Amino acid sequence: MAYPYVHEKEVQIVSRGWGKPRTRTIDGWRELDGYVGFRKALEMGRAAVIEEVKKSGLRGRGGAGFPTGLKWSFMPKEKRGPHYLCCNADESEPGTFKDRELLRWTPHQLVEGCLIGALAIQADHVYIYCRGEFFEANQVLARAVEEAYAAGLAGANILGSGVSIDVTVHQGAGAYICGEETALMSSLEGRRGLPRVKPPFPAAVGAFGRPTTINNVETLCAIPHIVRNGGEWYRQWGTEKSPGTKLFCVSGHVRRPGNYELPLGFPMNELIYDVCGGFEEGRKLKAVIPGGASVPILSADECLACCLDYEGVQKSGSMLGCASVIVMDDRTNIVKQVRRMVEFFAHESCGQCTPCREGTTWLSRILRRIEGGKGTEEDLETLLALGTQMTATTICVLSDSAAVPVASSIQKFRDDYLALIRRGEAVGVV
Amino acid sequence: MSESATKPMVTATLDGRTVTVPKGTTILQAAETVGVWVPHYCYHPGLSSPAQCRLCLVEVQGAPKLAPSCVTELQEGQVVHTESPKAKEMRQGVLEFYLANHPLDCPVCDQSGECKLQDYVHAEGRVHGRSREPKRGFGRDDYGRDVLFYGDRCGRCTRCVRFMDEVAKDPRLTVVERGNRSVIDTFFEEGLQGSAFAGNIVDICPVGALVSKDFLHKARAWDLDHSPSVCPNCSQGCNIDLHVRDDVVQRLRPRANLEVNHHWMCDYGRHRYEWMNRQDRIEVPVVGSSADGVALEWGLALRQVADRLANAPQPVMAVASASSSNEDLGALAHLVRALGGGEIVFRSERAEKEIPLPGFPTLTRRYDLVPNRMGAEILGMTRVGKDDGTGGLEGWAAHRGTLLVLGDELRDVGVDFGPSAGLYVYLGSYPTPAASSAHAVLPVTTFAEGEGTFANVEGRVQRFWPGVRPPGLARPAWLVLAALVERLGGAAVPESAEAAFLRVAELAPELQGLTYEAIGTQGALLNEPVALPGSRS
Repeated sequence: MAYPYVHEKEVQIVSRGWGKPRTRTIDGWRELDGYVGFRKALEMGRAAVIEEVKKSGLRGRGGAGFPTGLKWSFMPKEKRGPHYLCCNADESEPGTFKDRELLRWTPHQLVEGCLIGALAIQADHVYIYCRGEFFEANQVLARAVEEAYAAGLAGANILGSGVSIDVTVHQGAGAYICGEETALMSSLEGRRGLPRVKPPFPAAVGAFGRPTTINNVETLCAIPHIVRNGGEWYRQWGTEKSPGTKLFCVSGHVRRPGNYELPLGFPMNELIYDVCGGFEEGRKLKAVIPGGASVPILSADECLACCLDYEGVQKSGSMLGCASVIVMDDRTNIVKQVRRMVEFFAHESCGQCTPCREGTTWLSRILRRIEGGKGTEEDLETLLALGTQMTATTICVLSDSAAVPVASSIQKFRDDYLALIRRGEAVGVV
Repeated sequence: MSESATKPMVTATLDGRTVTVPKGTTILQAAETVGVWVPHYCYHPGLSSPAQCRLCLVEVQGAPKLAPSCVTELQEGQVVHTESPKAKEMRQGVLEFYLANHPLDCPVCDQSGECKLQDYVHAEGRVHGRSREPKRGFGRDDYGRDVLFYGDRCGRCTRCVRFMDEVAKDPRLTVVERGNRSVIDTFFEEGLQGSAFAGNIVDICPVGALVSKDFLHKARAWDLDHSPSVCPNCSQGCNIDLHVRDDVVQRLRPRANLEVNHHWMCDYGRHRYEWMNRQDRIEVPVVGSSADGVALEWGLALRQVADRLANAPQPVMAVASASSSNEDLGALAHLVRALGGGEIVFRSERAEKEIPLPGFPTLTRRYDLVPNRMGAEILGMTRVGKDDGTGGLEGWAAHRGTLLVLGDELRDVGVDFGPSAGLYVYLGSYPTPAASSAHAVLPVTTFAEGEGTFANVEGRVQRFWPGVRPPGLARPAWLVLAALVERLGGAAVPESAEAAFLRVAELAPELQGLTYEAIGTQGALLNEPVALPGSRS
């Protein structure tokens, strides 16, 4: 069984081995040079590992794109009690489905990355916080952890090195907000999954009140390869500021949606029309959301010159986020799509902060009214004003995220809104 | 004082004013020291700060985002603006969100007039809200005990949840559901039943979501006069305010005193105020036996009583009350001394157990269910009788000397009290059969009507102020007793409660040096205070 489709332009690093059940086993992973990186890391020592990761320029794949090596170096050098590494496997951003595949097909890749990360930050315990709905992934991962323990790669005194690292898979209970790092820690501790105020930052006061680093699945999956091959090796792909490869989750109206591992800086045009096979006959591009539901929507014109790296997408007016490219052709009813996204955020808002709790629902209700042909032009101004009131006023960024698609779609697709408001007719049907 | 001398200080600029506060002080607290009140809901000085109401955001010069002032520590050299256009615009926005689903039922809401949402919106909110959408409804819930929950008014500040978790250490409330559907709720059916401190959540609710069943629709907040007082229901002496309308005490509310009760009080004390509104009162002085007693004005009554006291038969015995103020008790002691001395006893109710507030054990419902046992004891009075406040006076029936009673209703004694006494003077507020043999019955004020001090279990002398006008001719006991002393050739009548207090110190060295000014609103310790378990040292 081959993984559904691999394009020739892909550079398979973290996606290598997908689609082969054997990769899920420890032996299968070893055949792909598995755990070589971890052994090497044990020999190198933690400072050299962090140096190597810094050298690679690897940036966090969860969405913010923060340099991983730098994040690790924020952890206290002197250890005065337990440190923790949390792997954020609570992938639930609408349009994102890369971590699920990493968890399903290459669980040992993640375990190895976790072990190296734990070594680097002197963590005693790795918690892999896995999204509750990923039943298969949870089972596969749990089996991989068991195998790692059996092989002496996790647990006490790993491979006689004196280093002890425990790995626990924690199954979430289905809240989007638990993908926010501080909410993830609260949930892990057994509390309500509520984001916490920063500062203190997790590297100072994290899970269980101890220094903690939280890394995304894809970030940690890239670590074994970087350690095994060196930081310079990783820089042969991507751009100066965004080196390496990235999984792009392409969904929407393209012929071949799916996960594609491509070098960062890959042109969006090429992704849509070449790698993903373009649109159905007679259809053309209308809009793209390049980084999951919480980034600004791009119009077709803006997509033309867009290069998919952190800086490139920003230059085009959006964010790369977790590289969930949602492609919409000219059949799309933008208002409906935005309303669905906002309703998602309203449903997932934790309810702590007033602007988010009240604002997300308020936005969704106005959008629903507009979609039903009962909107007014005044509503558009209200939507924009509410969006401003919801931005940068809350503990976490869920509130900002809900405001983003509204503001950017009104800005770029105002005519779609006006068509509904003035004539009660939607532009597009899906 | 010594604390601030050793702690490093930071100096910063706040709304153009220079503030210097100990390092670690939050911006919100620092602002209060210079009289800048930053609006807030979720922050409460007695609870942790989740920084979730987002109303206390202020602009810190150089910071990319507004900072929640309740959890952000003031840094050296920082320039903070609480009134900048950015901060004000944000507050206006957040307030609009608060009102989006609020029922705006102020006309029937108990909180109206003391509602923070009302205050803030009135001060800074938009003139018209922009919401055209139907409002979300939660309805009401009975949380048990005295607490009703009006879900629609709730702003989800979670003060109540945190009070029960952190202070009562009795987590009976929680937030259920998520986002806009989130609502405060109880676990299971028992709700707040069995909690001894749940009444505090009504006080700390900044809006009208949690209201008291006892107070429901009884009075509008703006009709209430607040007089600072001290809870008279146990010897803890929690600082309270009497909320009074038309000379009727409507409710008790705790008043902050970090050394005694923080911001809290117990439900036991809170709900025992109805007696302050008793209408069966002794209103005029009556001299003569019950059969031929004559109501007199004070001048005549005092002269007649003083004339009889001048030849008071010996021995002199007196029953006082540990619910009387130091001033009253001191005046009684002075009178007994003027009559040649005698025994003064008091009876008081004692509970079987104490009820500490786990998160602040300094506040405990004490064994002694009277406010001033300490004061009575430092004046040399002896406690007699049983723990239910009865008994102890069995031998007094045959007493042939002079009998004085102050404040004790003598409910258990009945008409048999003092028939054989040579002279029996009863000073009290309420008619009682035990006074039927008295040669004079003199009306005195209750604690709610007068000014004075109590000494609490720890030996903290605390003032209370009058909240209610006394009925008829009732006068403070210290005034009546001092007038008798004067007529017996003693010192002149003190001109005020404070002067009466200073005179008490002649009898009790523990009180020497204390003045009303030194006691202030927060109390002052006796010269030899009592170390309490769990108290802050």
